[in-house]
Amino acid sequence: MSATVTPAARPPLRPAPRRRRTWSWLRGTAIALVTLVFALPLVWMFAAAFKTNVQVTDPSVGLWFTPTLDNFRSIVEAGQIVRSLGNSLLVGVVSTVLSAVIAVPAAWAVGRFGMHRTGSLVLVARIVPAISLLVPWYYLFAQMGLVGSYTVLVLSHMFVSVPLIMWVMISFFAGLPVELEEAARTDGLSAFGAFWRISLPLAAPGTATASLLAFVFSWNNFMFALVFADDRTQTVPVTLFNFISYASTDWGGLMAAATLITVPVVIAAVVGQKYLVAGLTAGATKG
Amino acid sequence: MAATEVSPARAGTRGRPDAPRTRPPRTFEQANRRLKWAMLTPALLFVGLMIVFPLAFTLNLSLTDAFGAVNADKRHIGLQNFLDALGDTRRFWPAARRTVVFTVGAVVLETVLGLALAMLMRKPFRGMRLVRTVLIIPLLATPVAIGVLWLLILDPTNGIANHLLAGVGLPRQEFLGSVSQSLPVLMLIDVWQWTPMMTLLLLAGLTTLPEEPEEAALVDGANAWQRFRHVILPMLAPTLATALVLRAVDALKTFDILYATKGAGGGSDFEVETLNVYAYGLTFDYQEYGLAAAVLVLFTLFIIGVVVLLRRRGGRKNG
Repeated sequence: MSATVTPAARPPLRPAPRRRRTWSWLRGTAIALVTLVFALPLVWMFAAAFKTNVQVTDPSVGLWFTPTLDNFRSIVEAGQIVRSLGNSLLVGVVSTVLSAVIAVPAAWAVGRFGMHRTGSLVLVARIVPAISLLVPWYYLFAQMGLVGSYTVLVLSHMFVSVPLIMWVMISFFAGLPVELEEAARTDGLSAFGAFWRISLPLAAPGTATASLLAFVFSWNNFMFALVFADDRTQTVPVTLFNFISYASTDWGGLMAAATLITVPVVIAAVVGQKYLVAGLTAGATKG
Repeated sequence: MAATEVSPARAGTRGRPDAPRTRPPRTFEQANRRLKWAMLTPALLFVGLMIVFPLAFTLNLSLTDAFGAVNADKRHIGLQNFLDALGDTRRFWPAARRTVVFTVGAVVLETVLGLALAMLMRKPFRGMRLVRTVLIIPLLATPVAIGVLWLLILDPTNGIANHLLAGVGLPRQEFLGSVSQSLPVLMLIDVWQWTPMMTLLLLAGLTTLPEEPEEAALVDGANAWQRFRHVILPMLAPTLATALVLRAVDALKTFDILYATKGAGGGSDFEVETLNVYAYGLTFDYQEYGLAAAVLVLFTLFIIGVVVLLRRRGGRKNG
């Protein structure tokens, strides 16, 4: 009761209407400016992908020009980018599905039973520099002659996605009311049945979020593919990296390749904005 | 009550008596105990085999003179690699310094800007959805593509950045083509890419805060800055601490964008070579596996130290 303030007591403390309108206008402008700062560089890249090489190297061309698809045509004809997009898709989907299959049940166990010491293993996996896993694995896989195979690529991407999915899902399962599972048990479901029929369907949005994030991180992964992939299994970030050396001669092609990599991520961001934000911020507000 | 419900289930004999307070009744608890281990085992095996084992392997490798072909013989040489790394003022210490400078510079800027932006976006406004979508794109975009994009914008001769600078009468800059500017420029690119992450984390924290303390402060006549400084900031401290840890860890490990824009060794003068880039080069360009492993052990210990320090300070702050 003491916390409630009667409306009558408040107006004198609030800024006058005119000041409030100015303030809200200022705030709108600031937000718009900030948004432009984050959006314009990407817009500039997308635009460059549709320019001729003469236009790309002339900054005064700006955003008003006749778009051409020549850059896309030439990199697609060169072939590698198409194969790499396929490889990235394959490695991304397989590693994400496998990771979800082992990480979601584990996250349920940690989230439901509060096994925080086990859970902190996940934190260790997030802290450790990926390259300190890369060196021993390269050392071993090279001895086994496995470097360059899809298997090794998928396994290496799972270094990231298993801890990531667990990280997101632990807080998700911890947030589900335990009573639902108890009720299901009382009604005769087995412990696994309660997980499978009750908690898992309820966690579907969380699983979708975590899987989408894991896929995006796999799609973006550069270091593992740089080491473990060969020409046949190369993923898009490595192909794009190899393109950079031609930058001075073919800016348009480079921007077209960068655009092809980025567009799926932009689509994911537009479609799954709400879920992605929830996934990215999961576990941060627990304190 | 729980005792009367105990069924003669087989699980009954294995239960430990120390069931914590808020757990479900014993019967469920005991069946659950088996299940939880069954559910955990695949992930634990994966993490153990694929992550903990390699760390042990790295530790062992750091004590050997492994070099050249991966199946060449190697001898244990004690702590020699560590002494070599710690005595190396040409590559190791400058790389360590750059790692710290890059991380501190980028994370401090990201925290300040991210907090300002979160406060700006705190109350709902028209177009919130659109703005949040724009904000997540930089942090979800492929780092190599981000690198490529800034190479175009910052190209010394043909880039829009110099064009804009010339427009307001400022001298042309070399940006990533210059030894002295590369690290600060890459720091600013990191700020562009990751400030939205800070903003989103802090916004998530802000939405969980109770409104009463701020209203009380308003009634007591506190101005906007006072309410922010003495009411919101202390309540936000736990989220801020977590966000700092997450961002600092990722910033310390930055690799993709440095390697994509400056290539092996962090450029001709090693100007953006951080510990991560250095260890990568040692391993995959020079096949110095032993020394690389030692650098990685030191690097990992350093990261863990930073995390422990930040968590302890964060913990003390929120009492």
